Amino acid sequence: MTQFSLFDAYYSIEMEETVTKSMEEMTWQDVEPGGVITEPGNAACYFTGTWRSQRPRYDEEVCNRCWRCFVMCPDAAISPDYERNVFVWNYNYCKGCGICAYECPVDAITMEEEGK
Amino acid sequence: MIEMRFHGRGGQGAVTSAELVAQAAIDTGKYATAFPSFGPERRGAPVVAFARVDDQPVRLRSKIYSPDVVIVLDPSLLDIANPADGITPNGILIVNTSHGAEAVRTRLNYKGRLALVDANRIANEVLGLPITNTTMVGALVRATQLLTVESLKEPFKRRFGKIAPRNIEAMERAWNETTLYDGVVH
Amino acid sequence: MGQRVGIEVSIAAAEAVGLCDVDVVAAYPITPQTHVVEHLSELVADGHLDAEFVPVESEHSAMSVCVGAAAAGARTFTSTAAQGLALMAEIVYIASTMRLPTVMLLSNRALSAPLSIWNDHSDAMMVRDSGWIQVFCENGQDAYDAVFHAFRVGEDPQVLLPVMINVDGFTLTHVIEPIEVWTKEMVRQYLPPFQPIHKLHPDKVVTMGAFGMPEIYAEQRFAHELAILNSRSVIDKAWDELASLTGRKYKAVDSYKTEGADTIILAMGSLCETASLAVDKMRQAGRKVGLVKLRLWRPLPVEELRAALGSAQEVLVLDRAISPGAGCAPLTSEIRAIMYQHDKRPKIRGMIAGIGGRDVTPDHVVDMVDLALAGKTRDGHIYGVRG
Repeated sequence: MTQFSLFDAYYSIEMEETVTKSMEEMTWQDVEPGGVITEPGNAACYFTGTWRSQRPRYDEEVCNRCWRCFVMCPDAAISPDYERNVFVWNYNYCKGCGICAYECPVDAITMEEEGK
Repeated sequence: MIEMRFHGRGGQGAVTSAELVAQAAIDTGKYATAFPSFGPERRGAPVVAFARVDDQPVRLRSKIYSPDVVIVLDPSLLDIANPADGITPNGILIVNTSHGAEAVRTRLNYKGRLALVDANRIANEVLGLPITNTTMVGALVRATQLLTVESLKEPFKRRFGKIAPRNIEAMERAWNETTLYDGVVH
Repeated sequence: MGQRVGIEVSIAAAEAVGLCDVDVVAAYPITPQTHVVEHLSELVADGHLDAEFVPVESEHSAMSVCVGAAAAGARTFTSTAAQGLALMAEIVYIASTMRLPTVMLLSNRALSAPLSIWNDHSDAMMVRDSGWIQVFCENGQDAYDAVFHAFRVGEDPQVLLPVMINVDGFTLTHVIEPIEVWTKEMVRQYLPPFQPIHKLHPDKVVTMGAFGMPEIYAEQRFAHELAILNSRSVIDKAWDELASLTGRKYKAVDSYKTEGADTIILAMGSLCETASLAVDKMRQAGRKVGLVKLRLWRPLPVEELRAALGSAQEVLVLDRAISPGAGCAPLTSEIRAIMYQHDKRPKIRGMIAGIGGRDVTPDHVVDMVDLALAGKTRDGHIYGVRG
């Protein structure tokens, strides 16, 4: 049985390819009884980052390493980089909701318009 | 098919009497059903229980409106309503009472077959409580000869465990002390 | 062959559940199911049944626990009635569409208001479309045997659906009857262990209970509908196996004295036995009346019903629930609908009997037939209503 920590779980479910057919292509015969999804975590193939209209910018100089942004992110799109002692954002999943910027007690995170 | 209706008060074991009779009949290879008149019950409230015994499977599931046998476990019930309501012409009314036949007949305007026993006295003496259900089973057996005291012993043992012997004694005493009265077919 | 004992039907049913070695029982007490779950809790407490007995805080939780446990591969059981069923209703539908087998004994009771603890079929009719396999039991032996059949069918890998055993509250649940009980060996032969296709387990992770976008909902529900329609073969086979084991043959539709009958009465549940006595009476008087007893309510045995009813001129359907504002009571409307699509179309008349626990006697049934044939009562006439 695989043991994994919360952080490893985040990394291990990242997937680009899915073996599940798209809904529009599925016939009733393709659907698993009870609607069971046998490829767990394939929500990771759906990059909710494409919804973003604002992007968080992180200033590692100002950051006080309180971990509040990590805790509050609803998409688990923020994670610690232990080697560099900074937080990193996964822009595949960051929806630009701005909660991290709102919660940061030292204003190390600011929201910028996407694409700038 | 014989239809029997038991009248008691909640907590006196009227339902148990009906069940014991049905179980004894089933043990002897007959078919039987027993059930209470369903409803929210509480101690002291009048309750009615039914039992049907037949050699064929009993398919009738409604309440009993024309009983062949009516058993009254508590003498005070005679003051409330007429438990013999609907009794068949040749049916028998079995009453727990310390009064005589004339008193009972007058009070209920009843002319049919009758069986009387002072079950309260027997129950108090044998069981130390005026719970007359097992005593009245003895009267029922004596009056109807539908079952035997012997056939009731196993159901009593299954139901009462340690206190079965005293209940069997109460049943046997009632069997001995029940007085039967012929009646006019009405 | 098992022993023949005089036992209360509720207790017998609980004993049957115990013999099936359920893993989880989750239930909330409600009249008239109480004796079933009380006895099960005793079996667990006294060590006769190795199961998790969860005394939940509501019926909604009871069904939720059963669904969760079934998802983890457990054999589960619950029991309820009327208001309790209404409270758990959302999960009842979910159990079926998630294809999670569980067994429920529904002690049929009238829905409030007014508050009634007595017997009718309004609670069962409320969950007509829940996708459960549903049987109606005629007597105590039927209810007892139905428990084994329910687990056998529901858990079958070709079925994987929950099963509802309808047992008339009080009129069946609280009656002492002679019942031939099963032995452990018989159960072992009849009921294999539950082996679900999918279950929640860390070794093989799946997602259950996901969203169904408009793009996929129809396909998923069609697959589910096929499952219940195709369950017939397993249901029938399981009844055949039960017959080999016990000598008692159950069928989706039973006919009683219907040969040459001009008029056929149709009913479900314990009313069938009462109606059979009415048929006996009428036959003795020279009237050509018969009875069709519908045991399998879902999936509705359309072909068998058409075959059983087609030859009559008149069919009187005895409903035990009102469908307010529908113009037709539930059972009557379904019978009428299937016969309409058939080449043999007897006149279908509907009457509602014994709602809220009102006693129905064989004489009442005879009277109902007379009233129906006279054709002066409206469709869905409530028999015996005063005023």
